[in-house]
Amino acid sequence: MMRRLIALALILILLPAASPRLVPDVSQRRIDIVFSFTGAELLLFGAILYPGGRLPSDRADIAVVLRGPSEPITMRKKERLAGIWVNRRVARFETAPSYYAVASSAPIDELVDERTAAIYELGIRNLQLSPASRNLPEEISDFETGLIDLRSRAGLFVEEPHGVEISDGVLYRARLPLPARVPVGRYVAETFLVQNGKVLARATREIDIDKSGFERSVFVAAQDHSLLYGIAAVSIAVLLGWLAGVIFRRT
Amino acid sequence: MDLYLPIAGISVNALVIIGLGGVVGLLTGMFGVGGGFLTTPLLIFYGIPPTVAVASATTQITGASVSGAIGHWRRGGVDARMGFVMVAGGVIGALLGSVLFDLLEKWGQVDLVIGTLYVVLLGSIGGMMLHEALVAMHAMRAGRKPKARPRHNRLVASLPYRWRFYKSGLYISPLAPLLLGIATGILTVLLGVGGGFLIVPAMIYVLGMATNVVVGTSLFQILFVTAATTLLHATQSRTVDIVLVVLLLVGGVVGAQVGARLAGKLKPEYLRLALAIVVLLVALRMALGLGWRPDEIYTIYGAGE
Repeated sequence: MMRRLIALALILILLPAASPRLVPDVSQRRIDIVFSFTGAELLLFGAILYPGGRLPSDRADIAVVLRGPSEPITMRKKERLAGIWVNRRVARFETAPSYYAVASSAPIDELVDERTAAIYELGIRNLQLSPASRNLPEEISDFETGLIDLRSRAGLFVEEPHGVEISDGVLYRARLPLPARVPVGRYVAETFLVQNGKVLARATREIDIDKSGFERSVFVAAQDHSLLYGIAAVSIAVLLGWLAGVIFRRT
Repeated sequence: MDLYLPIAGISVNALVIIGLGGVVGLLTGMFGVGGGFLTTPLLIFYGIPPTVAVASATTQITGASVSGAIGHWRRGGVDARMGFVMVAGGVIGALLGSVLFDLLEKWGQVDLVIGTLYVVLLGSIGGMMLHEALVAMHAMRAGRKPKARPRHNRLVASLPYRWRFYKSGLYISPLAPLLLGIATGILTVLLGVGGGFLIVPAMIYVLGMATNVVVGTSLFQILFVTAATTLLHATQSRTVDIVLVVLLLVGGVVGAQVGARLAGKLKPEYLRLALAIVVLLVALRMALGLGWRPDEIYTIYGAGE
């Protein structure tokens, strides 16, 4: 990684550009979920390239966003009815990210105004979830709060307002946690360079998170050869049960 | 020891799951019940997604009932004719159950229906068992024999097309065991239970089967119906987690042997009383779960959950 950083620093000196550019990278392009997977930490880092290699006089900030594949979801809300808790209200969201983490060098609301934050979906509160059901606006907002709360506690929505470190105004780095139950798929890491409330540069990197080895084969078998998988599951259970009976009868 | 479950998509402590299987196995060995009514709720409390818990518990019951079924078969304790009728009913019930499950999921009332079914079934059966155990213990103390019940149920006797079931000592319509099979099949799909706690009393008190073939025949039925249900879950919801099943079975088979040895040292009356209390406690916990404010007011149903 040190070498990559040095290479980046060299590019920075040798290749001046007209407007600032970002050269981002991630510690892992691919994360494999194996049997011992209990979560991971992803390091997002890179360099800011200023034209002519001159640092601007105004303070520049960095925000990095890591986002998992979006999916349509249905949410239900329980309410008390005749003494028991029953699912009563329902809402649908078309594009709920299965994972969303944002780290920045200063809190998002200090970096950009609400409109900019909404355009770039910076910050958990600014996610565009695309509600697709006919609920009252207040109800939608309640459901959004519920979704954010559930996913935040599961470690799937992360906000780290001081999570980005910038050294010498050109190199930045951030660590983002991935929990054990992280959904698989293609993740996108986006880096934003923000100055005076404006996004000056933006760059993306892709990361693949997938089950691997034995875990992957089991998962793929269950999906693609479901009948065979079922027969195998029954056979294993029968064999184990029978074997145990035989062993214990002898002792 | 953390282990990632490929289908559940979460990482669990393998020793906790093995221990859980062991506790349930202990009950299996002591009382001769499958223990599915305990496995499924415990897995859900632990954080396994409910659909995965139900499907994997079903597969675990298949494994847990194998050696018992073989043993009873060898001793001639299985009425195969009765067993096949009930298996046929069980498979029909499983198919009905999965249609019902899809409907309930669409309405968002799966949790409620499952919770209520657990409370009603376990509460009534636990209550009956408690009553029976107390009566039996009272009779034992007084030195009397418990009263024999009438063997024939009028409703069952009124059904048409009678068949002879020699081993069970019955001449009744196959519709009665078929309906019983259908009812347990539905429960197997919805609740992840074998249904032994329902079949055994029904076989004795409703059908009036000879008691020496009751347990063997019920194990036979449970074995095949849970196997068929596993195939159904595997092909439809794809929620059978083989790794979870193996962990549960490893704990379960050891626990069952320990339990069987313990059971030999205790009086059956006390055992039944203990089982009644366990069943009632689970029912009580589920009932409180329905009435208490739940930890999560919101639930997410999506592609990945």
